[in-house]
Amino acid sequence: MTELRLDRAPGDASAPVEFEAPPGLLIYTIGLGLAVLLTATSFWVANTSLLWGPGVSIGLIVLAIAQMGVHLVFFLHITTGPDNTNNVLALAFGLLIVLLVLAGSLWIMKDLDANMMLSPELMHPHMQN
Amino acid sequence: MSVAVAERAIDEVAFVPASEAGPAPKRIVVAYGFWIFLLSDIVMFSALFAAYAVLKRATAGGPTGAQLFNQVSVALETAFLLASSYTCGLMSLAIRSRSHVATYWGGAVTFVLGAAFLGLEIREFANMIAQGATPQRSAFLSAFFALVGCHGLHVTGGLIWLIVMMAQVAVMGFRTRVQLRLMCFSLFWHTLDIIWVGIFSVVYLMAVAP
Amino acid sequence: MNLLGKLSWSDIPFDQPIIMGASGMVVLGVLLVLGWVTLKGYWPYLWREWLTSVDHKRIGIMYIVLALLMLVRGFIDAIMMRTQQALAAGGAQGYLPPEHFDQIFSAHGTIMIFFVAMPFVIGLMNFAVPLQLGIRDVAFPTLNSVSLWLTASGILLTNISLAIGEFAKTGWVAYPPLSELEFSPGVGVDYYLWALQISGIGTLMTGINFVTTILKTRAPGMGYTRMPVFCWTALASNLLIVAAFPVLTATFAMLLLDRYLGFHFFSVASGGNPMMYVNLFWVWGHPEVYILVLPAFGVFSEVSATFSGKPLFGYRSMVAATMVICILSYTVWLHHFFTMGASANINAFFGITSMIIAVPTGVKIFNWLFTMYGGRIRFAVPVLWTIGFMVSFIFGGLTGVLLALPPVDWQVHNSLFLVAHFHHVIIPGVLFGVIAGYNYWFPKAFGFRLDEAWGKAAFWCWFIGFHLAFMPLYVVGLMGMTRRMQHYDVLAWRPWLLVAEAGAIVVLAGIVCQITQLVVSFRARAQLRDVTGDPWDGRTLEWSTASPPPAWNYAVLPRVTERDAFWANKKLARAKRAQPARSPEYKPIEMPENSATGFITAFFAVVTGFALIWHIWWMAILGALGAFVTLLVFAFRDRDEFEVPVATLAEFDRSQRGTP
Repeated sequence: MTELRLDRAPGDASAPVEFEAPPGLLIYTIGLGLAVLLTATSFWVANTSLLWGPGVSIGLIVLAIAQMGVHLVFFLHITTGPDNTNNVLALAFGLLIVLLVLAGSLWIMKDLDANMMLSPELMHPHMQN
Repeated sequence: MSVAVAERAIDEVAFVPASEAGPAPKRIVVAYGFWIFLLSDIVMFSALFAAYAVLKRATAGGPTGAQLFNQVSVALETAFLLASSYTCGLMSLAIRSRSHVATYWGGAVTFVLGAAFLGLEIREFANMIAQGATPQRSAFLSAFFALVGCHGLHVTGGLIWLIVMMAQVAVMGFRTRVQLRLMCFSLFWHTLDIIWVGIFSVVYLMAVAP
Repeated sequence: MNLLGKLSWSDIPFDQPIIMGASGMVVLGVLLVLGWVTLKGYWPYLWREWLTSVDHKRIGIMYIVLALLMLVRGFIDAIMMRTQQALAAGGAQGYLPPEHFDQIFSAHGTIMIFFVAMPFVIGLMNFAVPLQLGIRDVAFPTLNSVSLWLTASGILLTNISLAIGEFAKTGWVAYPPLSELEFSPGVGVDYYLWALQISGIGTLMTGINFVTTILKTRAPGMGYTRMPVFCWTALASNLLIVAAFPVLTATFAMLLLDRYLGFHFFSVASGGNPMMYVNLFWVWGHPEVYILVLPAFGVFSEVSATFSGKPLFGYRSMVAATMVICILSYTVWLHHFFTMGASANINAFFGITSMIIAVPTGVKIFNWLFTMYGGRIRFAVPVLWTIGFMVSFIFGGLTGVLLALPPVDWQVHNSLFLVAHFHHVIIPGVLFGVIAGYNYWFPKAFGFRLDEAWGKAAFWCWFIGFHLAFMPLYVVGLMGMTRRMQHYDVLAWRPWLLVAEAGAIVVLAGIVCQITQLVVSFRARAQLRDVTGDPWDGRTLEWSTASPPPAWNYAVLPRVTERDAFWANKKLARAKRAQPARSPEYKPIEMPENSATGFITAFFAVVTGFALIWHIWWMAILGALGAFVTLLVFAFRDRDEFEVPVATLAEFDRSQRGTP
């Protein structure tokens, strides 16, 4: 009696017992197409005057996250299937840490800047005669 | 295997959760370990990103990103790296089918595209330094060179690794050990492209955006 | 161009007798050991069985040997500081000039955290985790060896700084601007940075290794809820290693770029921000202390359950508390710099998270207490250390909750109150834990128990000495004494510091007791032999193996059906005593080949590190190339594994059963 293992290596396309797996070439090509689309959109967002200024940064971040997702799914074959649980959990942990480091550091450093703001004369000593 | 046959096969096996099935096969263990390493590498990049984000306005009277960055160059670099990720995927398919020739072709094209990316980046750095925009000029430039340079160093390491892997395929064939290392390489290479997505969005495009 | 970079004869501190004396003793000691090994012809044995070993048990033992040696060095630094502070009051200047004193407190912190606590904890995890999981080795045995030897590289570089050059004078955290080239032009900070970068790579590899091992290679049947608690704490600790060490690597890289290539990450003149170093350092620094303490908590869980003869109380809440601490430890780091300019909002947020993190720790304390309650407690040496921990750590933790309040912290930050607090949690928490683990698993590792009487003496000396040494520091901190003072003028502090000095001497007695314990036990090892493999009537799988276990740990991997698997097996075996034991079905086993990769890579790492410190660029390039070539040789090696035949397995088991 064989033991069905619900476990998959990160980067591995689904196990041989996959009934309807599209051929690997198609997956990579779709991934490439989506990535190109998202990249082009990013460049457009950064250069267009059609978007409201502050929205540009958010747009770029959203597009970047989407493209990272495309890479993860189409090139690294990370899915939400039951055979991928450990891989997704590890990714989620990594993302949590990245979020804490980035958000935490930015919040702290901005706050320090604001709280330790020197008066203008002290701030720009090289501008004094 | 048809759907009906596969379903019956599943009914007949003993369902043991993966957590109780004993040590996983080597392929899963190696790939998972490497996955954890990649996540740690991403955490390291996030620290460099954080430093960049904090220092990006600290230009000390020197040039800003908007003044220095060339969008055409960045677009080309992005295209090369993305294409190399794609050809790396093709190489993975070739490895799975154990075709020497296809693997070498996939590896060679991936290498050339990756080297092109690196070449463009080196040229970009050289131009900036020639203009006086050295990493010693300001904290912004220090952070830029460190972050983008670190990514470039990873790409360089990847290219060296790729050459070694092609040598291993030539000398040792598609032994399990070699296949596992090639799998790790492609995980690494795709991750470098993921990090580049972050770089071109946050460093380059946000700098030149109006 | 000078072939030896910045290095010259004047970099050996001939004019400093204390340093020359210390270096001389170290060099003499090393030469004596090497000489004795050579004379006895032990090199082939040493090379084959230890230096090139990829066996987690051997690697674990070597980590702990390194830790114990560095404990002696770190403690000597401590007693030198205590003595200086006992003497240098008012008119007296003591015996250590400021430049030397500064290096001592910097070395003390660096060594104790990175080269005592980390290797000890990692050593215990190395030894025990695969045995507890019912498997033969970690996921990546050769990588494990590389990790060990890279740690040794860091240790070697740090100790070389004693004789050649100097160490950092910036404290173990090395904040800029002091650690920048402008204010630390010497090689001290470079020694610090390169030693830690190199050993940091080793530690990161350990983290990857153990996360993979624990999540992907447990014995059949060992689901997550059947895993021993020590393995859960090892998992949490290694997840934190993977999450935190990369940040330290990046931060040190930035400082190195500032120092070597004139970058401006942390120098204010060109827009740099020194506070960013502080921020990023502690993003690593706080998870680091939990990396150290969680496995110690795991040891206490194992010890309290085993020696109470009861299962651990509240397994699920223990596991939950461990994983909650793991995540929360990444949300408190600003409490290390409440006073450095953040607004009330930020301070309040991190103050609250710092208080919250005490809650799951409290859950653990109650669980240990309830484990012991109603049990038949045997007061073996590990139990003494555990009870000593419980009694002391609570108060140390409480002073931590006190410090978590920003207004309180503003009064006592960087005073001896803070120093007392963190020693009050690290020593009873981490050190007592690893010593308990050392006493607990020693028979498994070496086949004989440690002497009880000397073990108890060591405990009492440490317990009393620790309190004598550190409780006065709370008082003197509240009286206003800042940390790291080479000299002071407030004579009212002196009596307290004299008590602290006495405490340090009592701890010294404790260390002497521990060394004696080792010597006495070795000489009496025939009487102290562990013949059954289960000296403590243990509950977890490692006690089902021989002492010491064979290289392959388990001839047949155990099939686990419940928690405390060995205890369950023993109950079952007692019930089935009448039936003869069936011979297990042996199959030949694949074991990993030994490898010199770790040792040789580490050698090149030392060469590269030393070269970079002294700006000997050609040597640095050669060293890096050497490491790369070593890797290539490993990559192209023909055989990864060797086979252990069935006959060997059967023979070993038979010899174990035959022993009276």
